[in-house]
Amino acid sequence: MIPAPFDYLAPESVEEVLAALAESGDDAKVLAGGQSLLPVLRLRLNAPEKIIDIGRIPALREIHEDGEYLAIGAMATHDDVLHNALVTEHALLLHKTLVEVADPQIRHRGTVGGALVHADPAGDLGAAALALDAELVIAGPGGATRTVAAKDFFVDIFETAVQDGELLTQIRIPKHTGWRAHYEKFVRVAHQWAIVAVAATVRMDGGTISEARVALTNMGSTPVRAASVERALVGKPATDDGVREAATLAAEGTSPPSDLNGDAAYRKHLAGVLTRRAVLAAAGE
Amino acid sequence: MTRISVQVDGDHYTDEVEPRTLLVHYLRERIGKTGTVVGCDTSNCGACTVLLDGKSVKSCNMLAVQADGHEVTTVEGLAIDGTLHPMQQAFHDKHALQCGYCTPGMIMASIDLLNDNPHPSEDEIRVGLEGNLCRCTGYQNIVKAVQQAAGSEQS
Ligand SMILES: Cc1cc2nc3c(=O)[nH]c(=O)nc-3n(C[C@H](O)[C@H](O)[C@H](O)COP(=O)(O)OP(=O)(O)OC[C@H]3O[C@@H](n4cnc5c(N)ncnc54)[C@H](O)[C@@H]3O)c2cc1C
Ligand code: FES
Ligand code: FES
Repeated sequence: MIPAPFDYLAPESVEEVLAALAESGDDAKVLAGGQSLLPVLRLRLNAPEKIIDIGRIPALREIHEDGEYLAIGAMATHDDVLHNALVTEHALLLHKTLVEVADPQIRHRGTVGGALVHADPAGDLGAAALALDAELVIAGPGGATRTVAAKDFFVDIFETAVQDGELLTQIRIPKHTGWRAHYEKFVRVAHQWAIVAVAATVRMDGGTISEARVALTNMGSTPVRAASVERALVGKPATDDGVREAATLAAEGTSPPSDLNGDAAYRKHLAGVLTRRAVLAAAGE
Repeated sequence: MTRISVQVDGDHYTDEVEPRTLLVHYLRERIGKTGTVVGCDTSNCGACTVLLDGKSVKSCNMLAVQADGHEVTTVEGLAIDGTLHPMQQAFHDKHALQCGYCTPGMIMASIDLLNDNPHPSEDEIRVGLEGNLCRCTGYQNIVKAVQQAAGSEQS
């Protein structure tokens, strides 16, 4: 199927995008890489009157250092970020996560900003953003911007802090230089969305974990931070015995979905197993 | 209607298109590049893969208007003066197809794979082609063809 008819705009600046959004209210949809939006339009699950393509604004695609932060433009593609040396150096977890996202073709078009705003609970990037304490820069009517912490950004399934008339412009990640990382994604077949996945990044002091950040994918309607695991890991040796107990806390307080890929109890079990694997792999990498 | 200007397989085209036109339909129905096929309705199968500015994309999951100002390469633009591209030749030599429906996309994705990683291991080939499905499950010979094109065949 093809999408229902729509009016198409391709502004060349953020100001023009915001003006177009302000004019059209909730009849307009922003088009980033289109890798989630086009399937939705083709299946006619949504039929906006206006599509505002933000793919012609080079400034939105930049990746640069900004003091203690790494600033990633919302339109940087998965592939841009995956191959960016600054990202590997200062936010290794994001790199490790992107390796597991979709396939090369989708990564060439899909954007980090689009994936975060789309907020699919099975999407991989939310957990990485949460674990890395990312901050999301959102521009609104008239060009005013606000910055929202990842923990407040994800509201519900397919719902974020980004409101009608707003645009996500940048993802700011506090530098985690020297932190090791791993993304453990559980799927039954190649090229599948996560049944459950765990994003883990650790700071090591010799063989001991001195700090840890852990977040879970598809264990609820939004990505979930596993704070009790993080606390329990501090000071533990990066060995199977050392992390086993902390990992059992992963599913605490989560309410994962039950579906054809597994029921909630199975997902809770997986969360523990995958957390142990993710932390051990991170520490070893 | 929106005016677009694209280069496809080395030729320039300027056309008025409805914004909702998918790139794959523009290629097939407007300019007659029927070598690129549609295999699914879910952006999963990769049969429609073309190169956009040298990078693989699924042309069913992109609007023609998004290709405005860019360069598209389809499977029809690979052979030069009747001589097959080394990847096409390898698919031929290794009989890397059965019904052939996935082949145009497989070839384009394989070219992108070698551009990125000229000497992939077998595992890297399999992972690199994860966005392309072959319903005849001829993956074994597809992997061999990519190895031949990479010059890394085992005898
Ligand atoms: C076959 C297939 C497999 C996939 N597998 C995975 C996977 O394994 N893991 C995974 O995480 N993802 C996967 N994806 C999704 C992929 O990561 C998408 O690229 C991503 O979810 C959306 O990014 P996009 O740039 O394409 O956004 P679009 O599709 O253009 O937009 C998505 C939504 O976000 C809104 N939006 C986009 N950018 C902005 C912005 N800057 N400000 C405000 N609103 C915005 C749009 O209006 C739309 O509602 C897959 C997709 C496909 C087609
Ligand atoms: S036809 Fe494009 S992915 Fe299947
Ligand atoms: S050869 Fe038939 S689908 Fe691949």
